[in-house]
Amino acid sequence: MSGTSAPGGVVGAGDRPARRRPAWLDRIAALFGTLAVTLFGLLLVTFLIGRVVPVDPVLAVVGDRASQSTYDAAYIELGLDQTLFEQFRRYTARALSGDFGESLLTKRPILDDIRRAFPATLELATVAILIGTLVGVPLGVWAAVRQGTLVDQVVRVVGLVGYSAPIFWLGLLGLLLFYAKWGLVAGPGRIDIAYEYSFTPITGLLLIDTAVQGQWAAFRNVVSHLALPACLLGYFSLAYIARMTRSFMLAELGQEYIDAARIKGVSERRIVWVHALRNAAVPLVTVIALSYASLLEGSVLTETVFAWPGLGLYLTNSLLNADMNAVLGCTLLIGVIFVGLNLLSDLLYTLLDPRVRRGS
Amino acid sequence: MKRPVLSFLTSVTLALSLGATAPAALAATPPDTLIQAWAIDDVITLDPAEVFEFSASEVLGNAYQGLVGYDVEDVSDIFGVIAESWEVSEDGKTFTFTIRPGMTFASGNPITADDAVFTLQRVIKLDKSPSFILTQFGFSPDNVDQMIRKTGDMTFEFEMDQAYAPTLVLYCLTATVGFIVDEELVMSHEEDGDFGYGWLKTNYAGSGAFSIREWRANEVIVLERNDAYGGEAPPMARAIYRHIPETSTQRLLLEAGDIDIARNVGAEEIDALTDNPDIVIESGVKGSIYYLGLNQKNDMLAKPEVRQAMKMLVDYATIADTIMKGKVNVHQAFLPVGFLGALEDTPFSLDVEQAKALLEQAGVPDGFSVTMDTRNTPEITSMAQAIQQTMAMAGIEMELIPGDGQQTLTKYRARNHDIYIGRWGPDYQDPHTNADTFARNPDNGDDAASKPLAWRNAWDIPEMTAEADAAVLESDADARAQMYLELQREHQETSPFVIMFQEIEVLARRANVDGFIIGPSFNDNSFKQVTKE
Repeated sequence: MSGTSAPGGVVGAGDRPARRRPAWLDRIAALFGTLAVTLFGLLLVTFLIGRVVPVDPVLAVVGDRASQSTYDAAYIELGLDQTLFEQFRRYTARALSGDFGESLLTKRPILDDIRRAFPATLELATVAILIGTLVGVPLGVWAAVRQGTLVDQVVRVVGLVGYSAPIFWLGLLGLLLFYAKWGLVAGPGRIDIAYEYSFTPITGLLLIDTAVQGQWAAFRNVVSHLALPACLLGYFSLAYIARMTRSFMLAELGQEYIDAARIKGVSERRIVWVHALRNAAVPLVTVIALSYASLLEGSVLTETVFAWPGLGLYLTNSLLNADMNAVLGCTLLIGVIFVGLNLLSDLLYTLLDPRVRRGS
Repeated sequence: MKRPVLSFLTSVTLALSLGATAPAALAATPPDTLIQAWAIDDVITLDPAEVFEFSASEVLGNAYQGLVGYDVEDVSDIFGVIAESWEVSEDGKTFTFTIRPGMTFASGNPITADDAVFTLQRVIKLDKSPSFILTQFGFSPDNVDQMIRKTGDMTFEFEMDQAYAPTLVLYCLTATVGFIVDEELVMSHEEDGDFGYGWLKTNYAGSGAFSIREWRANEVIVLERNDAYGGEAPPMARAIYRHIPETSTQRLLLEAGDIDIARNVGAEEIDALTDNPDIVIESGVKGSIYYLGLNQKNDMLAKPEVRQAMKMLVDYATIADTIMKGKVNVHQAFLPVGFLGALEDTPFSLDVEQAKALLEQAGVPDGFSVTMDTRNTPEITSMAQAIQQTMAMAGIEMELIPGDGQQTLTKYRARNHDIYIGRWGPDYQDPHTNADTFARNPDNGDDAASKPLAWRNAWDIPEMTAEADAAVLESDADARAQMYLELQREHQETSPFVIMFQEIEVLARRANVDGFIIGPSFNDNSFKQVTKE
């Protein structure tokens, strides 16, 4: 980005305002270029891996018992009689026109499948990252301010446990306590069967669907189902975010401008929460965005324990069944999410960091 | 800020120190709804012409009806369902079926001979995985219009290329592939001459006790009582399968009363649930068989003494009782108990000394190294590890190569394995289904058209193949049973298959839920008469 903006900045230093637009357009074009190259690379690599894996995709479709004629028909239907290059060319051409094909197994359009699985993951990941950020950042700041004290130690241990304990185990333990023993939350799944048909699905995000239609009993049920897995994934990202916040804050708090502010008599609270945190926030945005992106891939283990019909389960299932169309579709989606969130954090960078703003 | 973290820590500490606490109040399931937890991610279609998966078979078994059925307690008792009666022609090649009058599909359309003919022809023309169950009688997309033909509003003829044993034909028609679909409804959704295949994959066109209302992959299958059903009306108004992949999660749901039946119970869960007075563990013998396939392309495994030695190096009893905790019975012949002519002798047990003597006769007194492809499911893996230990007692060093199902199967079908530990489930209730794969190998060449288990292990058996073929054409049931008994005895002694166990299906239900029937195959599993107190 700096490569495209720097020359524009030097040449068009203000006397030729008309030039600014092309520079801005250049940046957008470069962004889309990056996106295209990234996605193409992803597609190619995933495609090749799918072909190298020692699994017969026809077998996954027709099963072990099918007669040879059934097998042959499926082989041709899947296009496997074509060369690898031709298969890839066909797939890319279709993907470019927005057709991600059908699942080899179920013959359902991949887009429909993703449209069903992704909202489940999106809802869970969004609530989790909110918990992670709203709890993790203050916790990290607090630990940095009280560096070396008991508070700092506790936060570090909590962070370490969250980061290293197997989420599978934590999930089962959570279910055992909060659901089975104390009945504080609802069990696995997104919603109780009783509420399942009390509203019409619109977005697939059940919190929104139930709230918009005023189905508050169903809404409460959804919250109750969401609470445990979201807290768990939230804790997981909290651990990482708190650790990073702590180290970014420590770096800032050691800077001279903090001393200067102290000498000027600025209150300690203002120094920490305004002066230092604002600067620490710049790299933190990237950390949070990447945590969010990895949550959006879907967490297979969490989704398995909580019977959560999300993207992680769908992708794993497709992978095990050598359903390459589904795998490619999901990979593209995840690629777009990563690139998109990166872009978003770049934009936030510009807002938060005056140097970047001025530089462009 | 500190509250959430601290309270989390407190609760974990509390829990760990308290140990057992009183369970929360029960959230009972609705009294007219049966809710089951099961891993239903194997379902890929609901079309009877294509269904071959365990869970989908069970769903269809409760939602569709075939021409004929059998008593799950005594499978030799075959009776008409949609067919009122049938006759076999003198030459034994043609069945004439008469449809029971007055029956209707859930849609309200009457069931006639047209529907039966359409269903069977459709299976052959679509040619999906289970179609071989019918094509083995000589049908092809080209000839089926002539061979299966309507002769009246309520009668049709089913003409085969040979005079097959009548029981074989009837048992094949009890498989899901023979479930009768509603021609009018299905064809109203036809697109580009697909016989309604695209539509029926996710929809329902049957006449069974329940109709399928909804299937959301990896989430839920919902069935509702079919008021047009001709038989006894099921007590439950709804039956719901929830996809719960993790067995320990199923157990938590069952104990909390959020589900009525947990369908996947591992050895650990069986242990944990046995003492719970609210839970009942039930089991029934299934047709699946666990076995080792010894590839005859491997020179070592091709020695008859080595094959026999390996049959004595499996600790059958310990695996069945301790490792599998009653989820299998020791069984050593290729026909599962419950089938016509099943051999129940179990001549082999762990005998290291005799195995060593056999290895010495084979010229390998110090044993040898070999690999075994092992599917990474908990059952198969723990069995494989136990076998690895007992093989080592006689000096056979067995390396386990783990892989997921598709991966190990791909290798097995390419005959690139040494040993494969497998599970084989029969496709229909007739003995030929297993004889066809364990004891028939019409062409042992690398590019053979059919790849039965005997082929996959490169076991060239022209004589045994001929014996198995003869048994298919024997119309006298007793004589036929005798033929299969002899076949199994010979197979037990000479084959490169170490047949070990027969599967037992285990489920855990709440004590108030009664009447679930565990049949010999998954489409016999029935919740039609389930009641709740």
